[in-house]
Amino acid sequence: MSHMNGNGHGNGGPRRSFKLMIVDDSNIMRRRIERSQNFDELELVGTAGNGLEALELFKKTDPDVVTMDITMPQMDGIECIEKIVEIKPAVRILVISALADKATAVEAMEKGANGFLNKPFTDRQLNEAIAELIREA
Amino acid sequence: MLQEQELKTFVEGTTNYFEVAAQQPASIGSPYLVTDGQPAVHDYTGMITITGKREGVVYFTAPRAMLTVLLMKMQESDFSHETMRDLVGEVANTISGNARRDFGRDFVISVPSVVAGERPEIPQTAGLRSFVIPINWRSHSAKLVVALK
Repeated sequence: MSHMNGNGHGNGGPRRSFKLMIVDDSNIMRRRIERSQNFDELELVGTAGNGLEALELFKKTDPDVVTMDITMPQMDGIECIEKIVEIKPAVRILVISALADKATAVEAMEKGANGFLNKPFTDRQLNEAIAELIREA
Repeated sequence: MLQEQELKTFVEGTTNYFEVAAQQPASIGSPYLVTDGQPAVHDYTGMITITGKREGVVYFTAPRAMLTVLLMKMQESDFSHETMRDLVGEVANTISGNARRDFGRDFVISVPSVVAGERPEIPQTAGLRSFVIPINWRSHSAKLVVALK
């Protein structure tokens, strides 16, 4: 799980790698997140288009870091966060959602999310949010 | 009925979407009220149904040519019918979701539904008046339509 590569985010010592899962009902958004994140530490293990798919994929791939949309068919992101945190409390979750009200962000954090990024976002905002997420992992 | 300040929320959301997602600002025309029938739509239309403390529909409708350029600006290389559908749904979802900053959590948005073609089935918004927000981006024109109780 550890390797020695680096992209300027650490102190030069052995660096952890993290398995990444991307959850969003938009293919465009899933590809955008995959393409725009610039962390050598992240290894993409899968993507899902709704909470149910994400839950199944989570059980199979055991990700360390998850980006999670909220408004999705079948199972929304809030319910999915609750379920995956039950399975793996140490998972780090970044919610990436268009929902811009404070109450939704607060609820997501209460369920176990570790960060919240509103759509639309720039590459820089995405990478800053991910950096914050894995710095504390 | 939509208040002026509420309409401003959608104008700002649309402006922000193009500035951030497309990295190129759109010119937003003066919103107008459609008094007779439904507004005309373009090739692809992404619709969000609103429930909760407000009821109605928000939809983004755009021509294929505009969506193609938008996808290129997003570094996308897939310009399929499915990707066009995905994009109009995502634009409608993003602008509607952002509106919760002002409308609050009880402004409940659906997942997007998408229609394509010349005469798509747009849900009838009985008793609701549709406001059209004209969007001009590069050489293309699109619309955001907001009809809320």
